[in-house]
Amino acid sequence: MIELLSTDRCIGCDRCVDVCPTDVFDRVPGTVPVIARQGDCQTCFLCEAWCPVDALWVAAERTPLAAPPAEDDVALGSYRAALGWGQGRTPGARIAIGPPLIHEPGDPPGPPLV
Amino acid sequence: MLELETDVLVAGGGPAGTWAALRAADAGADVVLVDKGWCGASGATAASGTSVWYVEPDADARETAMAAREGLGGYLSDRGWMARVLDETYAGVNELADRGRYPFPRDDEGREIRRGVQGPEYMRRMRTLVRRAGVRILDHSPLTRLLTTVDGVVAGAAGTRRQVGVDYRVRAGAVVLATGGCAFGSGALGCDVDTGDGALAAAEVGAHLSGMEFSNAYAIAPAHSSVTKTAYYSYASFYRADGTILEGAGSTRGRSVIARTLLDEPVLCRLDHAGPTEQTAMRRGQPNFFLPFDRAGIDPFRDLFEITLIAEGTVRGTGGIALAAPDCATGVPGLYAAGDAASRENICGGFTGGGSHNAAWALSSGSWAGRAAAAHALAGGRPYPTTGAGPVPSGPTPVRDVVSAVQAEVLPYDINLIRHGDRLGPALERLDGVWDTVREGLDGGSWRAREAAAMTAVARWMYTAALAREESRGMHKREDRPGSDPAWQRRIAVGGLDEVWVAA
Ligand SMILES: Cc1cc2nc3c(=O)[nH]c(=O)nc-3n(C[C@H](O)[C@H](O)[C@H](O)COP(=O)(O)OP(=O)(O)OC[C@H]3O[C@@H](n4cnc5c(N)ncnc54)[C@H](O)[C@@H]3O)c2cc1C
Ligand code: SF4
Ligand code: SF4
Repeated sequence: MIELLSTDRCIGCDRCVDVCPTDVFDRVPGTVPVIARQGDCQTCFLCEAWCPVDALWVAAERTPLAAPPAEDDVALGSYRAALGWGQGRTPGARIAIGPPLIHEPGDPPGPPLV
Repeated sequence: MLELETDVLVAGGGPAGTWAALRAADAGADVVLVDKGWCGASGATAASGTSVWYVEPDADARETAMAAREGLGGYLSDRGWMARVLDETYAGVNELADRGRYPFPRDDEGREIRRGVQGPEYMRRMRTLVRRAGVRILDHSPLTRLLTTVDGVVAGAAGTRRQVGVDYRVRAGAVVLATGGCAFGSGALGCDVDTGDGALAAAEVGAHLSGMEFSNAYAIAPAHSSVTKTAYYSYASFYRADGTILEGAGSTRGRSVIARTLLDEPVLCRLDHAGPTEQTAMRRGQPNFFLPFDRAGIDPFRDLFEITLIAEGTVRGTGGIALAAPDCATGVPGLYAAGDAASRENICGGFTGGGSHNAAWALSSGSWAGRAAAAHALAGGRPYPTTGAGPVPSGPTPVRDVVSAVQAEVLPYDINLIRHGDRLGPALERLDGVWDTVREGLDGGSWRAREAAAMTAVARWMYTAALAREESRGMHKREDRPGSDPAWQRRIAVGGLDEVWVAA
């Protein structure tokens, strides 16, 4: 679930209001947006990917945390970096070569390595 | 009220909708695309990313590709459609590389590997392509109903612009429904927007569905998370809470063992078949796969973590709006369907289309539907809509209650995944009761009410077809009808709203 919108970092571009597929944010005249409907968040991480200044944080949990984490305790911008989005970065898609998916449907995997 | 007029209206802006819009615009049509969310970030692909059924045009490779899933699909697929999908996908993905400038990775010889796409990157490029082609996009604008002429010809659609609180009406010469599948609000990655709205709208104007009994795909996810990305679980072992191996569990065929165990106790997992090279490759291949681990302090290669199975309904299942012709016409004049909104039996049979087929289908069917809709509209003009089929009336029952009631029937493993007529029958009766409630009216806003109504309708079609198919085939496995019956090697059509009908 979306847990953080850093008002320190946010530049008020409203992009998160646009891109969020489930319409979680609200525009606020004269200032930065707010997380208005956290319960509608589908935990897709896309607002984080699109925020130009890494001001958002989506926790992995599908249900709200008891309290949002402190900004210093989370890796703001880590998903955007992994996607290679942002000035001067190599798009992650360019290096996205996963391991061979050796096990076809129904095949047993080999012995565990650990 | 916002009133617009266009040649082609596309509903849905995932891969199917964007390819449809692009092809229609390329054919010279005026195009409006409406999306419930935001075209470019909304839908199953944008949040996840997909392997794509991209096969070089080499006769042997194509033959192998087509034969691979025919048995798993219970021989309900069609070679003619498969061959066309392979051709169209090959051309489309190459166009994504050239015209869309998608940054595909390169192999050791510097050749691009075009067998997969990262969702956020793919869909942001598709939005750009669509806009450059002159398509007018209305984001946050869910379609709530189709508009028709007195003769039943589809002539546009209506919906609501949810961020501004204004309704819209688009008069159009043809409509493409590319609204995705129905995942029943289960929380699967990116799928909460996919609630079967297109199927409901299509049924209201007389279209029907096919393959609905094959709509029970469940995906593995870390228990706390939404990330239903399953490919890398082929490197996993599965354990009971006491640390002993869960025999027979697997990421594909062993999924029912996981489901049965989850009914009584937790199931743990570890990706312990991946060595250092594979681990690095996984991080590059699918960065979003690691979000639930990194953010919860789990090392999936060393730590045991709890998993769950999340229903993905017709998203990774196969049923949808039945197609009447190779150009993705539905049989209702002026109406076309593409992507997960349409049945994928033509290429998947009764098996899941996840893991490459669905992505290829979205691209191909979207392309065909877009071209055909443009041709239809440019030749036939823009008829005047006179009526609009059934918005859900306002009434006493909260939308959330309806959604919960539907979820109580379609999410449990022991009703939908592990099937038995004795459990499906009563579930269907209860769903019929939910439909009566929907008919009395819902409290919670027009598009939300439509979502609840659509989920109810899809659930009823799904279980009607599941009860009709008195055997096991593809992903439809009935405890009371084990094994496949050659007499049932045929498709099942369902339709209707107040009175659901089935024909085999
Ligand atoms: C986690 C995950 C991984 C997957 N991996 C693979 C894979 O590796 N290979 C593969 O082939 N397939 C895979 N799939 C399946 C694949 O993502 C889908 O088949 C594909 O996204 C279908 O495209 P679509 O455009 O039909 O639907 P979607 O991508 O779901 O898009 C539907 C769009 O319609 C919009 N919409 C919904 N209702 C309305 C309405 N009422 N009005 C207007 N717009 C509406 C939504 O907002 C959305 O933008 C995966 C699915 C998931 C969930
Ligand atoms: S996208 Fe980021 S910077 Fe822009 S308004 Fe949202 S939080 Fe602020
Ligand atoms: S994670 Fe997805 S659904 Fe949640 S707020 Fe961000 S964009 Fe919206």
